Amino acid sequence: MIRLGGVSKSFGNNHVLRGLDMTVEGGSTLAVLGRSGTGKSVLLRCVARLLQVDLGGVEVAGRDMVTATEAEVREVRLRMGYVFQFAALFDSMSIGENVELPLRRARVGTAEARRRSDEALARVGLDGTRDQFPADLSGGMRKRAGIARAIVSRPDILLYDEPTSGLDPVTGAVIDGLMVRLKREMGATGLLITHDIQSAFRVADRVALLNEGRLHAEGSPDEFRASRDPLIRAFLEGRADLWPGEVPAGAAG
Amino acid sequence: MTLIGVVAWVGRRATSGLALVGAAAAFVWSAMRAVGDVGTWGRLTALQVRRIGIDSVPVALFIAVFTGIVLALQSSYTFTGVVPLYFVGVLVTKSVMLELGPVLTGLALAGRVGANIAAEIGTMRVTEQIDALEMMAWNPVSYLVVPRVIAGIIAFPIVTALALGAGIGAGWITSVSLLDLSTQEFIRGARMFYDPFDLRYPLIKAASFGAVVTGVGAFHGYHTRGGAAGVGRATTRAVVLGCMLILVLDAVWAVVLL
Repeated sequence: MIRLGGVSKSFGNNHVLRGLDMTVEGGSTLAVLGRSGTGKSVLLRCVARLLQVDLGGVEVAGRDMVTATEAEVREVRLRMGYVFQFAALFDSMSIGENVELPLRRARVGTAEARRRSDEALARVGLDGTRDQFPADLSGGMRKRAGIARAIVSRPDILLYDEPTSGLDPVTGAVIDGLMVRLKREMGATGLLITHDIQSAFRVADRVALLNEGRLHAEGSPDEFRASRDPLIRAFLEGRADLWPGEVPAGAAG
Repeated sequence: MTLIGVVAWVGRRATSGLALVGAAAAFVWSAMRAVGDVGTWGRLTALQVRRIGIDSVPVALFIAVFTGIVLALQSSYTFTGVVPLYFVGVLVTKSVMLELGPVLTGLALAGRVGANIAAEIGTMRVTEQIDALEMMAWNPVSYLVVPRVIAGIIAFPIVTALALGAGIGAGWITSVSLLDLSTQEFIRGARMFYDPFDLRYPLIKAASFGAVVTGVGAFHGYHTRGGAAGVGRATTRAVVLGCMLILVLDAVWAVVLL
């Protein structure tokens, strides 16, 4: 389970998160939607303690991430998989070496690491790419390699940072299908940050909308689809005229 | 600019300077703690020694050879008719061993190695590769910084030793082929004021230059912000600060050890 209570995070005068409360139940996936700059990625980084919150509490798998020591944070991270927006693969390593890196940290033996990395690559449909380098792969394949690296240590918690951004709709749907399958097979708790509404509805059990650093709404995908809330409608329909303070293109003059 | 403006500017510069010193102190402390994580940095260091050391040999030898040639010719020009010519051997060996060998090698490697480390780690920072390491429960300082600094401490003296040999060798060949000097006379001059400490001194300096160049490169790379432009800034700062610290250390060692 992931629980955030009253989380605030600022960068100078830029108050990104302002008392955010949010819970992701164990074994479920929550998709967090929101406009650019509303603090979605900051939220994810606070959960992983890549950023320390200014105020509030973050609890992951029963551990208070705000007060945890570095060693305790590393323990929690060994149970996490993090899928980065641009995969964050190591250019100087082959795909196989990239995927095995978390296992080397966990002191898994060479043969076992090889078997598990092959299994993870097969799960994401990248069999046969072990000896290739990230530069040899397409954007979608790199994202899948990033997912393979995130799941190779069989984590309880999966954090996805815009896994379908920059991909064509078909490749995006492939990644979505992969996330759904991983959830079914691994039963991991998932937190998905995305702009992609279709992806959120396909993958998540619950959907949340973040606005101005706070949770604006949360519900099931069906509740979101049926909602008459103007911000949700504006987001779902891509209508700037429904968003407070936003002037739609062409309206000026 | 008004007086208040000047005071505000000085205040801002002082604040940012103190912040930099604080960040550097925290970085050094985290690197010192990471030295205990031998399991992480141990197997990565050999690769870095090769990259920092062996790959730097050609540029170091190139600089040393031409330094030796010029030193021989200039000392001959200065000494002719005033000082016995075998003093060319004294000047070439003393200058190359005590000063020009280690300092010019250090400056060359500050450009090559310092820039390379800052750009590599800086790129890893802006592409979230360092965050990825943290998420895999690796300590990024143990993984990226410590192997490079230790490799610098090992590799710089080796490269410098080769450069010393090349510089003195080039001075000797220049002396016997272009000046009216025999090999015996050159060696006589070289041995005249030789002290075994003359060999330890440049290697001590080189090791300290290795620590500074790699450490400064890693520090600026690690704290890179702002995409490709940030990587460019980090690289420039690493080279400039690395060169400045080499010259400062050079003076410190001269005061402390000579």
